Amino acid sequence: MLRQIEGSRAVAETVALCRPRVVCAYPISPQTHIIEGVGTLVKSGRLKPCEFINVESEFAAMSVLIGASATGARTYTATSSQGLLYMTEAVFNAAGLGLPIVMTVANRAVGAPVNSWNDHSDAMALRDAGWIQLFAETNQHAVDLHIQAFRLAEELSLPVMVCMDGFTLTHAVERVEIPTQEQVDRFLPPFEPRLILDPADPISIGGVVGPGAYAEARYLAQARHLGALARIPELVDEFGRVVGRQSGGLVSSYRCEDAETIVVALGSIVGTTKDVVDQMREEGTKIGVVHLTTFRPFPEAALAEALEGAHRVVVIEKALAAGSRGILGADVDALVTNRGTRTLTVVAGLGGRAITEGSLRRVFGEAIRGELGAVSFLDLDREAVDRELARMAADASTPPSVARVFGDLRAPTARIV
Amino acid sequence: MFQVRFHGRGGQGVVTAAELLAVAAFNDGRHAQAFPSFGAERSGAPVASFCRISEREIRTRAPIDEPDALVIQDATLLHEPGLFSGLKPQGYVVVNTAKTLEELGVAGIVKDLPANHVLSLRATEIAIAHLGRPLPNAVMLGGLAALTGVVSLAAVVAAVEERFSGAMRDGNVAAVTEAFHQTRVGLEALVAHQTSPRRTVGASPD
Repeated sequence: MLRQIEGSRAVAETVALCRPRVVCAYPISPQTHIIEGVGTLVKSGRLKPCEFINVESEFAAMSVLIGASATGARTYTATSSQGLLYMTEAVFNAAGLGLPIVMTVANRAVGAPVNSWNDHSDAMALRDAGWIQLFAETNQHAVDLHIQAFRLAEELSLPVMVCMDGFTLTHAVERVEIPTQEQVDRFLPPFEPRLILDPADPISIGGVVGPGAYAEARYLAQARHLGALARIPELVDEFGRVVGRQSGGLVSSYRCEDAETIVVALGSIVGTTKDVVDQMREEGTKIGVVHLTTFRPFPEAALAEALEGAHRVVVIEKALAAGSRGILGADVDALVTNRGTRTLTVVAGLGGRAITEGSLRRVFGEAIRGELGAVSFLDLDREAVDRELARMAADASTPPSVARVFGDLRAPTARIV
Repeated sequence: MFQVRFHGRGGQGVVTAAELLAVAAFNDGRHAQAFPSFGAERSGAPVASFCRISEREIRTRAPIDEPDALVIQDATLLHEPGLFSGLKPQGYVVVNTAKTLEELGVAGIVKDLPANHVLSLRATEIAIAHLGRPLPNAVMLGGLAALTGVVSLAAVVAAVEERFSGAMRDGNVAAVTEAFHQTRVGLEALVAHQTSPRRTVGASPD
């Protein structure tokens, strides 16, 4: 049914349609509305049978789900930011054990400094944990990706993280079509676990693997990941046949035919970028944008094809990889450098900094005119940064202090507009 | 695209107001996107929320810099810096107040807007009369609907009915309807009093 609904609530209702048997989570903003929504559906009896387990931390949440999944239950959780980092050890274990847990990450910045706003620092920090990572462009996309995530996870015996921009998507009320229970049941059959912990027939999982086999175990994880690259497009087609909507996939291109400049981005910023692409196309600029729906496994072939013919690729990076040229930027750069195309990484939207259409137009223009460096920061307060750099150079004895230097910059967060 | 920025204080239902407007626009068959300003949520602190309404799919996630309408749920915010920033020259302003904008000292700020685009609405009084509580958020939408025509009264009422239940639902429906009709009366009075060029729409019967 087509509804005007908050993104978090749409995801909660969709997760319920996927019939998880065990949900376990710990609240953290901006994920909280999702798990509150699922909890309400369990309590009201609309989602049953399902056990909603309250725990004392995110580490416990993922640990409980590892146990539940190993007994053959379909499992779900959601988290953000510090919560995801706090469960890190269990996140790696879920992947290593091949347990098909589905987790929503309502993307948020990571401290310090403490910041509860959106960027991709959390998901990027765990990009190598062995989970499939899907990024939603819209709330409709988020709904569809969750249904596909359970199917993908259970077919491949791999956990799947569905990433959606915290606040920007989770708290946005917009038009969403939530599939019917009948449609979801047709697409997503009951979970048939390959491994079941059963007290009547005890086995042990997760034992020590020595040097003689560890590399092979990791190689097999890599093979399962690469298998997802073939399976995801097939699932998109099947989803389309059942639900009547093409959604998800590896990459999706917008106005990239004959484009000399192609923007690559993850998540909701692609929507704003599409509007900017339309404006610049009207002025005769050959520009398009590619959304990477699947970030892990990294869809090398599909992305290389999408970028074919571009003179320059502008990567919008909503995370900072301190000491390197970026995460998404480096992945994309590795694909295109052989072909003489320039990759320009623009770090943007950190800690919830608004990304405006005007700023995107300006930076795309600079890229086209050859004025943009390999790595740049969108709308950085250069004056404040330079002032602190100069102070540090003059007096290395005092430590850098965010509070002192950026006290005046923090004011905008308290402004009413 | 019609873009609305809501201002109020934590606890006044500012976020709910934007969401109700988005649902109302959806009820009218339009595309809409509502979102809050993402800051520290504290009772009484200044809060803003946003709503876009369009005939086409809304893709942008950028903040609303140039609103077509401002809905100010708490008149004590009127002198906050930046409150009117970016408002379009033909924009609309709805203020929750029992005073005139002259008395509030903001007549100068809105003087270049068309007279029938500025509304002072006794939303808190209307809310207390119908709800027994000073919750002006839905009431303001009745005024906004009548002033701008951007959503229908029926669509706002349906959004309120979907959101609330029991006495809150019935009270808000009555309050929204009263605000809508008061504003209509005010607009008609404005047409009749064209000799007073700077008289804004005072929705309360006087």
